[in-house]
Amino acid sequence: MSTPGVAPEPLFRLCGITKTYGQGEARFQALRGIDLEIPRGQFVAVMGPSGSGKSTLMNILGCLDTPTTGEYIFDGEHVERFNSIQRSLLRRHHHGFIFQGFNLLARTSALENVELPLLYRGMPRKERDALAAEALAAVGLEGKFRNTPAELSGGQQQRVAIARAIVTNPLVLFADEPTGNLDTQTSEDVMALITRLNTERGITVLMVTHETDIAAHAQRIVRVKDGLIDADSLPPGGA
Amino acid sequence: MLLNALLLALREIRRNLMRAFLTVLGIVIGVAAVITMVTVGQGATDAVTAQVASLGSNLIIVRPGAAIGMPQGGVARFKMSDAAALADRVTNIESVAPVTNRSVSIVYQQKNWTTSVIGTTPEYFPIANREIASGRAFNTGDVRSGRAVCTIGNTVRKELFGNEDPVGAKLRVNTMACEVIGVLATKGQSSFGMDQDDTIILPITTLQRRLAGRQGTQQVGQIYVSGKDGVDGDVLVAEIGAVMRELRNLAANESDDFSVMDTRQIAQALSSTTRVMTSLLGAVAGVSLLVGGIGIMNIMLVSVTERTREIGIRLAIGALPREVLWQFLVEAVTLSSLGGLIGVLLALLASAGMASAMNVPFNFDASINLIAFGFAAAVGVVFGFMPARRAAQLDPIEALRHE
Ligand SMILES: Nc1ncnc2c1ncn2[C@@H]1O[C@H](COP(=O)(O)OP(=O)(O)OP(=O)(O)O)[C@@H](O)[C@H]1O
Ligand SMILES: [Mg+2]
Repeated sequence: MSTPGVAPEPLFRLCGITKTYGQGEARFQALRGIDLEIPRGQFVAVMGPSGSGKSTLMNILGCLDTPTTGEYIFDGEHVERFNSIQRSLLRRHHHGFIFQGFNLLARTSALENVELPLLYRGMPRKERDALAAEALAAVGLEGKFRNTPAELSGGQQQRVAIARAIVTNPLVLFADEPTGNLDTQTSEDVMALITRLNTERGITVLMVTHETDIAAHAQRIVRVKDGLIDADSLPPGGA
Repeated sequence: MLLNALLLALREIRRNLMRAFLTVLGIVIGVAAVITMVTVGQGATDAVTAQVASLGSNLIIVRPGAAIGMPQGGVARFKMSDAAALADRVTNIESVAPVTNRSVSIVYQQKNWTTSVIGTTPEYFPIANREIASGRAFNTGDVRSGRAVCTIGNTVRKELFGNEDPVGAKLRVNTMACEVIGVLATKGQSSFGMDQDDTIILPITTLQRRLAGRQGTQQVGQIYVSGKDGVDGDVLVAEIGAVMRELRNLAANESDDFSVMDTRQIAQALSSTTRVMTSLLGAVAGVSLLVGGIGIMNIMLVSVTERTREIGIRLAIGALPREVLWQFLVEAVTLSSLGGLIGVLLALLASAGMASAMNVPFNFDASINLIAFGFAAAVGVVFGFMPARRAAQLDPIEALRHE
């Protein structure tokens, strides 16, 4: 996979990452030594059976969680020993998250949901509103700024979540089963949107999915099994 | 960051107005109760204090009968000579006025009015702190000759004369014709609710001879005494008591058949009682404020649990734990401060209403308002902190997984 000559520093580099939950009898090793490099701008799908450790891996990559052992270098920085504040700041400035369950703030308008990450960046209101409106427009929700999640369809809610994830123009977009709750047509729309963000804005995308046709949008598929990387392939015709 | 936290807190409150209102209800009631109790209590104390001042300096009243309120039947009344003897023999006395009260009906032209008449000597005016608004007071000559002249209180003037100048007019007091020579300055109600302006004052001799009917001409109802400046009230009371016992020929084993009361001491006791009552009521109200604070904590804790997922989202998209802490803390403080503010406004209405209903002055006291408001805000900090810290300590992954 590595190109000969001066290989550019990958955005992600994992060396021997393990994650152990619990203690004593209840000890469970969810990740048992992951080595992985992901260059900038790649669209990677993570697949694997239930309980294989996909979410655990994503949480570590997304700095929501820390590995038990191993090295994790993100954008040239050793982040495996970052404390929670450093991890929060990293997430704030470089990461965007899309969750399976949308995870929008209830009783909060689409616009307010989308501008939330900007609020934590301390951006003044006018800029915040403008960027949030722009992001909502980018996901095709021009007319729905004032709607609360309860007043939006599932696909629209996920698009608000995508707008919230990209409004900060992140380096990486993490998506844990972004289409898990959506019907086929809506899934296709959402995937088209994510693919466009990857190709047009060069955002690196890490996506967990169970479905092969969803994974087919990615340039690369990483298969996880029992806490180890089982297969790492470029789909036919990929980049 | 604080501004952000305030913005988020206000959004949350606006989103849940009903819950916010119920949350702060305890604080509202607590603050309103504390301020109202203290303000009204303060007003009552002020009323008593004003009463003390209006009594005049060192007014001591000597009455027949063992104690105030005890039946005076069968007890020998005072004589004019008792008053004179007191003035003679107790050197600490500044002046003495014998006083006799009666109820009379007075008539002027078509109007008539029932009021109380005070028969006394000119010394009464300074002792009882009564001033003349127009005309003059009667003098010793009027007393000696028992002239039918009187000074009238403002209520009597209003009832009988309206806008007319009463000085020089002739009244009929029961069956006696009497000339008005002066009008008393207004004094208002006494602490017992009596209208002190509903009275007329005339020479005691006139009252004894012409209005007292068959009762002895020498009889005196009570003796008003004022002490010299700087004389201790207790000393004066004791000295007067000793002389009175001699004047009334009491043997060593007999108890007093008269009472000497220092009105200032009574008033002071009364005002200190009022003050104690005020602090007690204030303290009880303070407890209710504390209970209100616990209410806030309760709701905030529930709210943290309810909003676990929301907190997870905030943490996942890059909120710092301390920003979450601030959000919840500011929310609690904003709530309790709003509650405090509503409480202050409510207290303003309640204490104004109660003050006028209870007939005590309403003095807006900024400091108790500030204290109660500050306490409400502090309650928000104290009881908001625990839930806020709990929220900030949540693990983002756990919180996101929370249903
Ligand atoms: N907090 C935890 N404590 C203990 N065990 C955990 C914890 N989180 C995950 N695990 C375990 O780690 C393993 C991997 O979990 P993970 O959520 O990563 O699976 P997954 O591949 O995302 O599965 P799915 O496709 O069902 O979402 C599972 O066996 C799970 O039981
Ligand atoms: Mg999972």
